[in-house]
Amino acid sequence: MIETTMSLFREVPLAAPVAVFKLTADFREDPAPNKVNLGVGAYRTDEGKPWVLPVVKKVEKMIAEDNSLNHEYLPILGLPEFRSSASKIALGEDSPAILEKRVGAVQCLGGTGALKIGAEFLRRWYNGNDNTKTPIYVSAPTWENHNAVFANAGFEDIRPYKYWDAQKRGLDLSGFLGDLESAPEYSIFVLHACAHNPTGTDPSHDEWKQIAEVMKRRSLFAFFDSAYQGFASGNLEKDAWAVRFFVSQGFEILCAQSFSKNFGLYNERVGNLTVVAKDEDNVNRVLSQMEKIVRITWSNPPSQGARLVAITLTTPELFNEWKDNVKTMADRVLLMRAELKARLLSLGTPGTWEHITQQIGMFSFTGLNPKQVEYLVKEKHIYLMASGRINMCGLTTKNIDYVAESIHEAVTRVQ
Amino acid sequence: ICMYNSTNNCSILTYFVCCSSWWSEVQMGPPDPILGVTEAFRRDTNPKKMNLGVGAYRDDQGKPYVLNCVRKAEAQIAAKKMDKEYLPIGGLGDFTKACAQLALGPDNEVLKSGRSVTVQTISGTGSLRVGANFLARFHNAARDVYLPKPSWGNHTPIFRDAGMQLKAYAYYDPKTCGFDFNGALDDISKIPEKSVILLHACAHNPTGVDPRPEQWKEMASVIKKRNLLVFFDMAYQGFASGDIDRDAWAVRHFIEQGHNVVLSQSFAKNMGLYGERVGGFTVVCKDTEEAKRVESQLKILIRPMYSNPPMNGARIASTILATPELYKEWLVEVKSMADRIIKMREMLVSNLKKEGSTHNWQHVTDQIGMFCFTGLKPEQVECLINEYSVYMTKDGRISMAGVTSGNVAYLAHAIHAATK
Repeated sequence: MIETTMSLFREVPLAAPVAVFKLTADFREDPAPNKVNLGVGAYRTDEGKPWVLPVVKKVEKMIAEDNSLNHEYLPILGLPEFRSSASKIALGEDSPAILEKRVGAVQCLGGTGALKIGAEFLRRWYNGNDNTKTPIYVSAPTWENHNAVFANAGFEDIRPYKYWDAQKRGLDLSGFLGDLESAPEYSIFVLHACAHNPTGTDPSHDEWKQIAEVMKRRSLFAFFDSAYQGFASGNLEKDAWAVRFFVSQGFEILCAQSFSKNFGLYNERVGNLTVVAKDEDNVNRVLSQMEKIVRITWSNPPSQGARLVAITLTTPELFNEWKDNVKTMADRVLLMRAELKARLLSLGTPGTWEHITQQIGMFSFTGLNPKQVEYLVKEKHIYLMASGRINMCGLTTKNIDYVAESIHEAVTRVQ
Repeated sequence: ICMYNSTNNCSILTYFVCCSSWWSEVQMGPPDPILGVTEAFRRDTNPKKMNLGVGAYRDDQGKPYVLNCVRKAEAQIAAKKMDKEYLPIGGLGDFTKACAQLALGPDNEVLKSGRSVTVQTISGTGSLRVGANFLARFHNAARDVYLPKPSWGNHTPIFRDAGMQLKAYAYYDPKTCGFDFNGALDDISKIPEKSVILLHACAHNPTGVDPRPEQWKEMASVIKKRNLLVFFDMAYQGFASGDIDRDAWAVRHFIEQGHNVVLSQSFAKNMGLYGERVGGFTVVCKDTEEAKRVESQLKILIRPMYSNPPMNGARIASTILATPELYKEWLVEVKSMADRIIKMREMLVSNLKKEGSTHNWQHVTDQIGMFCFTGLKPEQVECLINEYSVYMTKDGRISMAGVTSGNVAYLAHAIHAATK
């Protein structure tokens, strides 16, 4: 007996699909045998396949065979060994902040979840009890989900800070510093710790120092997004330099860490929100409030991925094996960068292509315009984001010639 | 030092040298009332201590129980050597399909017509949160969510934080420790049209008091007359009576009667997958076109929260639900968990009688599910915690799962001591 009354949801509009996932969906449906997916940011082997890290397989087996383990709830803030070992990865084993007990952490659902909890906390507690009007600055461009994370947390004033210089295909440092100087005091800046998404362009050490100087002078807050530690250069310490520098300069920071890419644990949703504060008492009060936010969002986090990471990070042989696996991934990306640039240069493709090897991490902002991107997608079955962002992991020794030639075609035929 | 007073003349050096922090004004948050019980329990050194706080099942040895069907499913999954690629925002398709089928029944017209959408969520809490956010954004007809009095403690802050307003309808009758049917109907008949009413599908938390089928029928009718949006919270399907169809009866009845409900499901208890965070959120829509629109908006809500859900638990649950032998085994295991609880209820009452208690403890066996609303007053609860190391929440709710044949006599003794 179904009533034909009007639905309460008749006004609900059809939302546009999230672009990066639509790209993959379109790729899947494409029957072309030479199709290439340079869209969503997940690592691929040279065979174009997902890669479950050997160390992950090993630890999964250990977990499966350990009958003392069960599926009980984790504490609200997550698995303690995971939280502390993950923070150590970001800040360094010998971090003075850790020794001074002024570091805390919340296990979250991936990097997104860590950003979410951090954003919700800041809106409630950063500067007074209502930060809905506190400006949040995200880089131009930035990961497309940053905006929504902060908007949904209640921030009403989300602004871009200059970052990518399309002309020179590099960092617009003076624009960046200019925006830092003109930002209202106490504004919050979302900084990419390394391997900037989507541009792959990171500030140099000297540039970070300049950024930090302005932020300190103008009381701006640093919220780091660290999704690629280890994955960018192949070296954990190198990739954490900026975060550690800020901490050494006395900044209180939040750092959203993701273990999706560097552990290949994408679907296990393993993330950590590291909090560095002035002292232990402040850390404790902050964590207690974050706990309240977690409780009304997901109650407590999933255990599988966190266990895996904790065991790996705290067992020396496994930790070394992990670092090796990470370097394997980073090295393959570096190789593909070098190979792509070499081919474009030998094809004589118009434009400068230094940025391909200067940029770092999974992504490259090619500089291709939307028309050229459309050409690649429609005519060549090469799938990349409308912004011109490509995932280097989608390149293999088998498809790199095709991709290079196609880029050459796009640049020469389409303006 | 006042951080937000831009006229303060504290120099930068002083700011970083002195002990002021961005977080100086952050108050220490109170411990979570339910999870806080476990923390206090852990600190207690009394060998007779009992944790009757959080609702997690324990076997008769007081140990966490990993279901055999779960272990088998895990082994099956491990053998397949699957990758760890991101799930879609809405979750694992095999899981969401099976999740809806479990709740509605595989032959349900709603599923056949495709006029519902189910997304995978972070267990029950995550499901309620997504649902609350969805209503706050799209249910513009009303802001009020009516909860039964009492309800799970976390319901209120979840809906409030999402932007809804909380109201209540009569539910528990402390005089009978049972269902205040007339009070409930009376309150419900006055709820403004299009408000949201939250119903516990079975094994009401915290009271363990469920309406009988005839009572559910009347409630469905009044709710229909009032044109209310029904939000079912089903965290104990199978766990309450031991029968998954019986426990889902109310949900199915309402849908049959034409209510297009929204539904939260958890697999924390009935599959023992607590820490894996397995749940679903379902919206029953007018037709498939509307379901598509609603689904697209649910994804827009989920993406900025956590992007996409965790795989592990959903794979386990869907393997169990889709593999006939495992499904059968699961039904048996769920029933055995429910049966142990029922047995403990009976033993608690008989032990209380043995202790010489003259109170009426019938509600202990009348109530259903993991929890028992003992009727104990706050001072009595204090006594149990402080003198006997028997831990429960302040409202007198005990988790029967924490009771074993080994400690039920001690529990009866403690309760009798506090209430005589």
